[in-house]
Amino acid sequence: MAVNTDKNSYTIIFAIAMVLVVGSLLAFTASSLRPNIDENKRMEKQQNILYAMGVNGNEGAGDITFVGTDVVADEFSKYIKKQLVIENGDVKEDEEAYLIDIKKEQTRAKNGGTRRLPLFVGEKDGETFYIAPIRGKGLWDAIWGYVALDKDMVVKGTFFDHAGETPGLGANIKQRYFMDDFYGERLLTEAGAFKGITVAKGNADPKNEIKDDYEVDALAGATITGDGVSAMIKNDLKLYLPYFKTLK
Amino acid sequence: MGLLSKKDAKLITDPLADNNPITIQVLGICSALAITAELKASLVMGIAVLFVLGIGNVVISLMRNIIPSKIRIIVQLIVVAALVIIVDQVLKAFAYELSKTLSVFVGLIITNCIIMGRFEAFALGNGPWKSFLDGIGNALGYAVILIIVGFFRELLGSGTLFGVPVLGDPIEKTGVYSIGYENNGFMLMPPMALIVVGLIIWVQRSRNKALIEDH
Repeated sequence: MAVNTDKNSYTIIFAIAMVLVVGSLLAFTASSLRPNIDENKRMEKQQNILYAMGVNGNEGAGDITFVGTDVVADEFSKYIKKQLVIENGDVKEDEEAYLIDIKKEQTRAKNGGTRRLPLFVGEKDGETFYIAPIRGKGLWDAIWGYVALDKDMVVKGTFFDHAGETPGLGANIKQRYFMDDFYGERLLTEAGAFKGITVAKGNADPKNEIKDDYEVDALAGATITGDGVSAMIKNDLKLYLPYFKTLK
Repeated sequence: MGLLSKKDAKLITDPLADNNPITIQVLGICSALAITAELKASLVMGIAVLFVLGIGNVVISLMRNIIPSKIRIIVQLIVVAALVIIVDQVLKAFAYELSKTLSVFVGLIITNCIIMGRFEAFALGNGPWKSFLDGIGNALGYAVILIIVGFFRELLGSGTLFGVPVLGDPIEKTGVYSIGYENNGFMLMPPMALIVVGLIIWVQRSRNKALIEDH
């Protein structure tokens, strides 16, 4: 081509054209795929909530299988009996509570506003589960999860996920052996005060058979992610304590 | 001779061994350290880079005569970033589970110096077909090292391969654990990736003396 690519004017025109082309390409991709992506995210939330209360397709010991995307909406309305929003102690029902963005609520609370706390009441085999969403910081990025509790705030199931923890290290919070360790752990002391659960290193109980030590075994090489999990359990679930007291 | 001429085939086979991007050119080390604690992550990263480098090399090669040399690095960066983001968006819409596995790698792919290195060193001066082969070759060379490192780190660090326990159960003390073997948690730390890469370089250079530089 006979164009002089070293000229300043050519460089500027090329840069502008490139930005326009790439920018519109990305904008077009993003907006045309948005409905699909939103739908996937919505189904993922329902799958996560159901997973925490034990409604899932797990077969083997290491499986993490959600209910299929084709049935998730039906299963969600079948098992989740009530979706509550707790705001300043007022409890309201809200069919779309599962869509509440915990990140936005946390920011609002930090700026002095009141935080809406979603809570999902599920029923399976005659047992009642109270499932609360939690969110916090890992090493690189956000971590979040859902914790299913019974009315005494004993853990009946968890689901954790992360945006960008290191594969093989912090990303293992999403493994069955880590999530399952929380089952049966207590959040409250005998006296009913909130204590939380610590992801502890050098735990004397690696098989996690002692269920009233308020500790689960940490992941090797993932101290900061583990601390993040402890912190989000303590900070976020504590907010639900007043509601659980009304259940007694 | 088959599909490829000898010269073209060399573009693919060279980076696999004697001109390997990681062990010889020492590029892409950062991502090799970050994600090789697991074999699965290594494999996914290898495939992702294969895809981006193959297509990116072709795109840059097609544009090679019209890219202003003053801003060519920025143009290369934009091509990689746009490619990775589009792929990520498409996966999010149609293969949501896969996109969640990949999300960690998006940033790592954009900053992978192998990609920029091949754009700069090869695609800017060669035609699209050659550039495509060069991209595939280098990505494979990268993936091979990643998989070797991932294999040893996951096996010795966690006693698993692709997440499946192969050495027995460390808590129940079955398999090799019954005779006192322990997982080496240090293998999961990034420095051990560097040491494993170093060992590979050592083995490779002792087998092929031509690779040793004179001093």
